[in-house]
Amino acid sequence: MLEVEGVSKSFGGLRAVADVTMRVEEGSITALIGPNGAGKTTLFATISGFLRPDAGRVRFLGRDIAGLPPERICRLGLARTFQIVQPFAGLSVRENIAVGAHLHRPGRAQALAHAELIGRQIGMGRMLDQPAGALTIAGRKRLELARALATDPKLLLLDEVMAGLNPTEIEEIVTVVRRIRLAGVTILLIEHVMQAVVSLAETTWVLSDGVLIARGSPAEIAADPKVVEAYLGRGAAARLAGREGGAARA
Amino acid sequence: MVEFQILLPAILNGLTTGAVYALIALGLTLIYGVLHIINFAHGSLLMLAMYAVFFLHAGLGIDPYLALPVVVPGFFALGYLLQRGVIARASHGRDENILLVTLGVSIVIENLARYFWRSDTRTIETPYSFETVDLGVAFIAVPKVVAFAGALLVTLALWWVMSRTDLGRAIRALAKERQGARLVGIDVDHIFAMSFGIGTACVAAAACLLLPSFYVSPGVGHTFVLIAFTVVVLGGMGSFAGALIGGLIIGVTESLCGLYLGESLGQIGIFLIFIAILLFRPTGLLGHRA
Amino acid sequence: MRRQLLAIVAFLAAMALVPHLVGSEFWRNWVMMALFYALLGQAWNILGGYGGQFSFGHAAFFGTGAYCSAILHVHYGVNPWIALPAAGMAAGLVGAFIGFLSFRYGLRGSYFALVTLAFAEVLRILANTVPITGKGVGLLIPLDPGAANMQFADRTGYFYLILAFVGLALLLTLWLEHSRFGARLVAVRENEDAARALGVDVFRTKLAAITLSGALAGLGGSYYAQLFLYLDPGIAYGPAISVEALLVPIVGGMGTLFGPLLGSFALHGVSELAKLAFGEAAGLDLALYGVLLVLMVMFMPNGLFGMGRTTLARLLGGGRDA
Ligand SMILES: Nc1ncnc2c1ncn2[C@@H]1O[C@H](COP(=O)(O)OP(=O)(O)OP(=O)(O)O)[C@@H](O)[C@H]1O
Ligand SMILES: [Mg+2]
Repeated sequence: MLEVEGVSKSFGGLRAVADVTMRVEEGSITALIGPNGAGKTTLFATISGFLRPDAGRVRFLGRDIAGLPPERICRLGLARTFQIVQPFAGLSVRENIAVGAHLHRPGRAQALAHAELIGRQIGMGRMLDQPAGALTIAGRKRLELARALATDPKLLLLDEVMAGLNPTEIEEIVTVVRRIRLAGVTILLIEHVMQAVVSLAETTWVLSDGVLIARGSPAEIAADPKVVEAYLGRGAAARLAGREGGAARA
Repeated sequence: MVEFQILLPAILNGLTTGAVYALIALGLTLIYGVLHIINFAHGSLLMLAMYAVFFLHAGLGIDPYLALPVVVPGFFALGYLLQRGVIARASHGRDENILLVTLGVSIVIENLARYFWRSDTRTIETPYSFETVDLGVAFIAVPKVVAFAGALLVTLALWWVMSRTDLGRAIRALAKERQGARLVGIDVDHIFAMSFGIGTACVAAAACLLLPSFYVSPGVGHTFVLIAFTVVVLGGMGSFAGALIGGLIIGVTESLCGLYLGESLGQIGIFLIFIAILLFRPTGLLGHRA
Repeated sequence: MRRQLLAIVAFLAAMALVPHLVGSEFWRNWVMMALFYALLGQAWNILGGYGGQFSFGHAAFFGTGAYCSAILHVHYGVNPWIALPAAGMAAGLVGAFIGFLSFRYGLRGSYFALVTLAFAEVLRILANTVPITGKGVGLLIPLDPGAANMQFADRTGYFYLILAFVGLALLLTLWLEHSRFGARLVAVRENEDAARALGVDVFRTKLAAITLSGALAGLGGSYYAQLFLYLDPGIAYGPAISVEALLVPIVGGMGTLFGPLLGSFALHGVSELAKLAFGEAAGLDLALYGVLLVLMVMFMPNGLFGMGRTTLARLLGGGRDA
């Protein structure tokens, strides 16, 4: 469904994303993990049209979308959330979600009705009339998800929607994400919460310093010495292997 | 082929006006560079300063140039208080608010002027108002030569303050990094107000230099404020050298446009430059937008 | 929506009675001018209040509308009723042009304000220079009373005309509040990146808003020309109109349906009081406006309407904090 081929993006001298090639299969939940500053968000921004790649191609549903503006990409069925949440602070939750719902619903009434539906699905039923600016961080993360979902995407890019949430809230979001997939939406998510990655993703890609260093099931990834080193530093895998005979990241 | 006898005086005249534009723009660019606000009240503060100079002359017979040591500190204080007492309070940390507040302040000043001093255009006459200097290639009015030299001197003084004094260092630190400056113990509100005060003082100096050769009326700020904005944008927001060069360029452009297009249409050249720069070369703008 | 529509109808009906119930010519005129400035404020409100793009140069649209209808009428003999839509369109086009340039190149905030100001100034200088506007001397529209000429000897016609425009603007704004376009416009105001991520074409949305806003201000210009039968570059393109256009909604409540109306009546009430207190003095009322602007931003950033709404909500125990 999504094919990224040799995509690079630099900021000044810094190569945030370097020659990344990856794919996301239709109907799957795919995870993208990596240490802080690995370039995950930059890769998302490049896929979703907020940044233009320096090199490489991005194909979505067989179409080259690199260089298209974000609103066009969204209309093709690829929606994203922001790691640093971007609510329409002055609007109510319902109105926030309705902006997304309007993409395929010109009528105000339909859009508001759909917004309410999505809001309830995401567990924001009781917050619908609150101003988005007054939401807690967990509420804002949900709102990001709800708005993106309201555009009826075929592929949903989620950037750390679970960061900063407590275990119960994470559990709820995991359920929500699973349900979204069951409804036929393909999902690519960036996540630091490994427990969520393990329980959700079939395939995991690991990015470190802008380079993809591993790919596999969460279990395979956790056992990969390259991945452990990327997270814990040079020689860590060997040290861990010596001590515990296996490695996993909390 | 253009005749040199017309062109050269036009260029020289343009340079002298341009130096004053630069001085006004310097204040604007300083305020922008430090506070990141566009001060719409700049023009009306200039107008107010010009009236101050006018009345010092008309009432007390003080020569405009000698008024400098009175008007400049006075307007420094005014600017300081304006920032601390009004602008900082009203902003609530939002750019749009500052925009509106400085606009509001300019409306107040301008219309009070209109109320108290009517809309008439006033000029002052000094013994040297109509004297000229023979520069060999052209005759230039004495006040213009003084304005040119004075503007450059003030610019130099400002540069000295900014690069050699503790105040200047604090201002520059604040312009670069707000949070960091706060952490190393700089009194941010005070320095903000100092910058606004200095910016206003520049305008007061410009008023002293302008008045012997220019008129004052309640609307006179308008003439200068858009030009000052143009200079600032041309030179790059926040850049001192840019303001100086930009001022000279605009002065000459205006003078030449006036020569070829006539007085009133000549101004259009400046605004078109202004719009074009804002649209096509927003180099100085990008930092602000982030 | 139903309630808002009812409120609009009630307001228009009450206003329609003014020429019959208010005996004093002075007060009838006063209401008429308040309505006129409300119209300008409503125009500004679409772009500035709902769209978050603060124009400091709405005179560019007002003046274009005014000159367009006056020139068509005076120089080409076009009937003012026909020149009216042309004026709206011309002003809308100027809006589209300025918007195209500014938004294409991503101007926002102060820079957008500066560019609109500069455009108004360029137009003022042009109007001062080209012969068709009568240059600095101004343009006189020949007196020829008659409803067919959009000149009303007893002024009641002028009253209903501006009331109709205000009604039109109210309905337009009501539609805006309940349409996809309006939702997108507000989204753009709140957060451009988020809007783009949800498929909103920010450029086109802003462009449509400035065109609409410009056209509405242009109608105001056309009305002004017919009312005073005289125009000069300072009136048409000078900063006074730009300032009024933005003050009215800011005082009344930006991005609200009735804010501009409230703002216009409040401001003109204040200026009337000022005249009572200080006598007819040029500049004093505007200076007062300036003070009000600063005070509003300081203490009531949501405007009178926003204030009223929050207070009302609190009184009614709605418990919804805005
Ligand atoms: N707009 C930008 N300008 C300059 N550098 C940037 C910009 N955006 C990101 N970077 C840099 O690019 C690198 C990758 O950043 P990115 O945000 O993509 O990482 P990430 O993997 O999402 O990290 P995290 O897990 O912390 O969210 C970092 O070094 C970051 O500082
Ligand atoms: Mg990130």
